[in-house]
Amino acid sequence: MKSNTFGLGILKGLGVTMKNFMRPPITVQYPEEKLVTSKRIRGNEVLWYAAKCTGCATCAKACPQGNIEIVTSPGPENRRTVEKFEVDTGRCIFCGLCVEACPYDALFLGRAYEKARFRRRELVTGIDSIQFSEERQPSAFARPALESGLPKQTLLVYWDRPRREGGQKLAWLPFKRRGKKPKFPIGRSK
Amino acid sequence: MTLLNQFIQWLDNYWPHWASYLTAAIIGVLIVVIFVVLGIIVVIYLERRLLGRFQVRLGPNRVGPEGIFQPFADAVKVLTKEDIIPAAADHWVHWLAPVVSFIPVIMVFAVVPVASGAIFADLNVGVLYLAAVSSLSVLGLFMAGWGSNNKYSLIAALRSVSQMVGYELPIVFSLLAVVAAAGSMSLNRIVEVQAAVPMFLLQPLGFIVYFIASLAEINRSPFDLLEADSEIVAGVHTEYSGMKFAMFYLGEYGHAFGASCIIATLFLGGWQGPFLPGFLWFLIKALIVFFIMIWIRATMPRVRVDQLTAIGWKLLLPLAILNLLIVAMEQIFWPGVFPWVLVGINALAGLALVLLIGRTVTIRGGRVEV
Repeated sequence: MKSNTFGLGILKGLGVTMKNFMRPPITVQYPEEKLVTSKRIRGNEVLWYAAKCTGCATCAKACPQGNIEIVTSPGPENRRTVEKFEVDTGRCIFCGLCVEACPYDALFLGRAYEKARFRRRELVTGIDSIQFSEERQPSAFARPALESGLPKQTLLVYWDRPRREGGQKLAWLPFKRRGKKPKFPIGRSK
Repeated sequence: MTLLNQFIQWLDNYWPHWASYLTAAIIGVLIVVIFVVLGIIVVIYLERRLLGRFQVRLGPNRVGPEGIFQPFADAVKVLTKEDIIPAAADHWVHWLAPVVSFIPVIMVFAVVPVASGAIFADLNVGVLYLAAVSSLSVLGLFMAGWGSNNKYSLIAALRSVSQMVGYELPIVFSLLAVVAAAGSMSLNRIVEVQAAVPMFLLQPLGFIVYFIASLAEINRSPFDLLEADSEIVAGVHTEYSGMKFAMFYLGEYGHAFGASCIIATLFLGGWQGPFLPGFLWFLIKALIVFFIMIWIRATMPRVRVDQLTAIGWKLLLPLAILNLLIVAMEQIFWPGVFPWVLVGINALAGLALVLLIGRTVTIRGGRVEV
């Protein structure tokens, strides 16, 4: 007897939906739950490493928007002091050309993506708000030195890691226990 | 003796009969309406959450704990929306249609026994009333389709009428089988008869036919052709907004809730059950039936128009008639037989009939010539 006559196909379909019903929902409830982004992401910010910067303004020339404003003054030891390093991230397209252009590896793209503000002027990052910090971590985009330390493929969700290693707290994602293979809820793990 | 009648008798000690009768009637109507509205709210919430879970998402969970106030938020939204009437619409028909399609939904609940004696009107022709009233709301849908002056609405209304004509017959025939087995048309009596064996075991075929046909009658998926959004925009709801649309929406879910209550009453033994109080059993059974409806909605694609009529006329109607024939013959020839014998016989007969019909009738295939 073929399986899709006499209403048996309908029962089969009902079985499929019931299996889905039993699965945990895969919704990510954004403000409370967040996915871990790739560490190679072109995030919505530019990071600047003051110690390495010579103030050559190559980044400003590379910027297709003309978005980077640098003011320097003559400093000690025949170097320039950067007085102003301003990026209007409201107009930035995060193409990463400034990062690629920088001859001294002083510019990075950041990993942040929650940069929405109510005023455009709040998006202008001055010399204090553009440097590295605890929240402002550099992305490995166009930075082979950083990228070499990363695993071959960074997943969007570190579902199979414990929380202290960057695993994400999501209601539907089981955490990896020591010595236990995690059961991935989406699809079959083979 | 229903609770309402006892209430009237008690009031008669103090008041003239007409006053107590009127008071009891008003109180009864209020209780029924509140029950229906609360039921609709619960059912809408359940539908949205459970459908979400079937689609591996969460469903609304923001308004209040676990989103239980979502229906209220929707109601507020819908009440504040602009009410638009098309310029060329038939104004009065357009205005009346939502009311006409909503009122029968409440009327259905008048004969549903929620617990022992807790029934608004224990009619001795309850099943007949049920069949008559539950098919009334198609009139509202047709009025909406006609009054909107919109081709999609009209197509949907015509579909709904043809659907109703095709599926009312299997519904009535399977109801007749229940009546023949129970020996009464009063829903209270039908529930009492099912104390030993619930009707869906006694007449599995009738149960399946009634379930499918009532899915079509309440215009639920997979028979929701009159609001097939891929074909006819939103069907009869196309030209409705604001509270009028909400009336249709409420009517639709009220109808679904009513149908699950009726199935729970007629086939699952209503308020009969061990340990728990009657009304809890009734609600549990009704919600289980509604859960199955959500499950089916989450599973099945919408049927085509020709398939719809084919299922109604070529599949359900013969099955319902044969089921009635078998049940009636059992009632005539072995009136006092042990019911579990009938359970076995009817299950086998139902299986044989389904196999036979499945062999002989084709529903798929063929082309629709427009």
